Amino acid sequence: MPTTETFAEKPKSLAELRSELESGRTKAADLAASYYDRIAAVNPRLNVYLALSKDRAVEQASRIDALASKGDPLPPLAGIPVGIKDVLVMRGAPATAGSKILEGYRPPYDCTAVARLENAGAVLLGKTNCDAFAMGSSNENSAYGPVRNPVDPERVPGGSSGGSAAAVAANMAVATLGTDTGGSIRQPASFCGVVGVLPTWGRVSRYGLIAFASSLDRIGPFAANVRDAATMLAVIAGYDPKDATSSEQPVPDYAAVSDQPAEGLRIGVPAEYFAEGLDPDVRAQIEKGIDALRAAGCTIKPLSLPHTRYAVPVYYLIATAEASANLARFDGVRYGYRSNSSDTLSAMYRNSREEGFGAEVKRRILLGTYALSAGYYDAYYGKAQQVRRILAEEFLRAFADVDVIVTPTSPVPAFKLGEKTGDPLSMYLADIYTVTASLAGICGVSVPCGTTPAGLPVGMQILASRFQEGTAFRIARAVEGAVL
Amino acid sequence: MPARVTVEEVERVAELANLELAPDEKPRMVSDLNAILDYVAELNQLDTSGVAPLAQVTELAGGTGDLRPDCIRPSLDRSAVMSQAPETDGAFFKVPKVIERS
Repeated sequence: MPTTETFAEKPKSLAELRSELESGRTKAADLAASYYDRIAAVNPRLNVYLALSKDRAVEQASRIDALASKGDPLPPLAGIPVGIKDVLVMRGAPATAGSKILEGYRPPYDCTAVARLENAGAVLLGKTNCDAFAMGSSNENSAYGPVRNPVDPERVPGGSSGGSAAAVAANMAVATLGTDTGGSIRQPASFCGVVGVLPTWGRVSRYGLIAFASSLDRIGPFAANVRDAATMLAVIAGYDPKDATSSEQPVPDYAAVSDQPAEGLRIGVPAEYFAEGLDPDVRAQIEKGIDALRAAGCTIKPLSLPHTRYAVPVYYLIATAEASANLARFDGVRYGYRSNSSDTLSAMYRNSREEGFGAEVKRRILLGTYALSAGYYDAYYGKAQQVRRILAEEFLRAFADVDVIVTPTSPVPAFKLGEKTGDPLSMYLADIYTVTASLAGICGVSVPCGTTPAGLPVGMQILASRFQEGTAFRIARAVEGAVL
Repeated sequence: MPARVTVEEVERVAELANLELAPDEKPRMVSDLNAILDYVAELNQLDTSGVAPLAQVTELAGGTGDLRPDCIRPSLDRSAVMSQAPETDGAFFKVPKVIERS
């Protein structure tokens, strides 16, 4: 039975908005104002935004309007309203990372990816809600309340970048930035019916990203269509001297690459992603998507990635171990929440962290600390790192024979709020199709692939080898263009 | 070897992580950790002898995790940083006393 209450609304494309701004039919200031009106109307129900940056947005919009009225050439994202996930810092705007432990914190610097969007003319609307420290698959771990899926507000938007995905799905931003460590861009993109990009690890600078698991974290865009997502990626990608792990690989014009037809590309379909546990409605939609790719002239090759089932345990050991180290800095000393009633320094650390961190964050810190502790390191963390190499090499071998690998993004469509919160392990298993690419460092896109009979969005995940985002975009355009 | 983490072990790990669990949090945390550790024990099915651990994915492409040169560059303005401190005298972060260990 299709839902009766929906906030789903598709933003206009970058091309259409650019044409309106260049011609003077629309002013950037009015565009920004209309987005703030939309946010005021629907944010109380959807809880997408945690903070708004109106002053900065208005100033940027008037700067763009001045350029447009002089007839000066406009930068690539001129006047485009965007939302920023709250684990990415914006100078002067609050950054909570979805947690109480950073309540009130105002960063003194900008995340590089955010600064690049602004330098390209984007209007930064505000900070979007997310699972605390990006730990979650439903946006139910936010200390500031869950985000509701615009398609059906009784359901989750996915996580951890639930706010950023929902913002695009509800036209509360034209595009947004999220982050993906184990699936946190791709899965909410699929639950909300928007495009989400997982860039290759190192493609986008992590400077200004509040770290969860450094060997896995990526910043990436959400947009309403593939070409716009590709445009966003080109703006934020590229070497940054402030992130020594950012790659010096040149950044292609991803939007132009995505215009190239998919004909002739070889598509791997791994059996392990189409086995037990996959919802039959999701399977049916992905199969329609694969048929569309066949019709577009792609070669479909079945293949096997036999170690897929070990990816979730490997991920939850490596990610939690790295998180236990990255979250050690939240101790009440230099920023964020400090507990009042502590006599000694060590009591202050313990109380601030106990009071500031939520249950899921504490659970993961404890798991990670355990996996790294003396006597357990080899059995848990060490073992996981070995299996990580096996998983990564399995993808390398597969990409010798195919250009992309196509799977469902998630085994299920958006579930109901509260449905999985009682069982952390069942929530972790929801990541089963996304954590593999995270561990291997490769890139991918989740593209809308129709809906279930009940009207819930289904996402197709398109994976490509490192720095082959362009190929993934070409396939995504072919899926997007088909009637599914 | 099935994981049977006890309350004492959870308390020890919490101490390592500078977390103080409330009494009513402990039983739930013990059972959650045990469920997760039982699940990850599946990894023991795999023979990984001779497999080198992978810490950085860039290793696979021949990257060596080069570090940037150690040279001093301007960073953040101190007053901007200290403006976010819970307690400060402007130059230092002020914290409760550290207990001397004997």
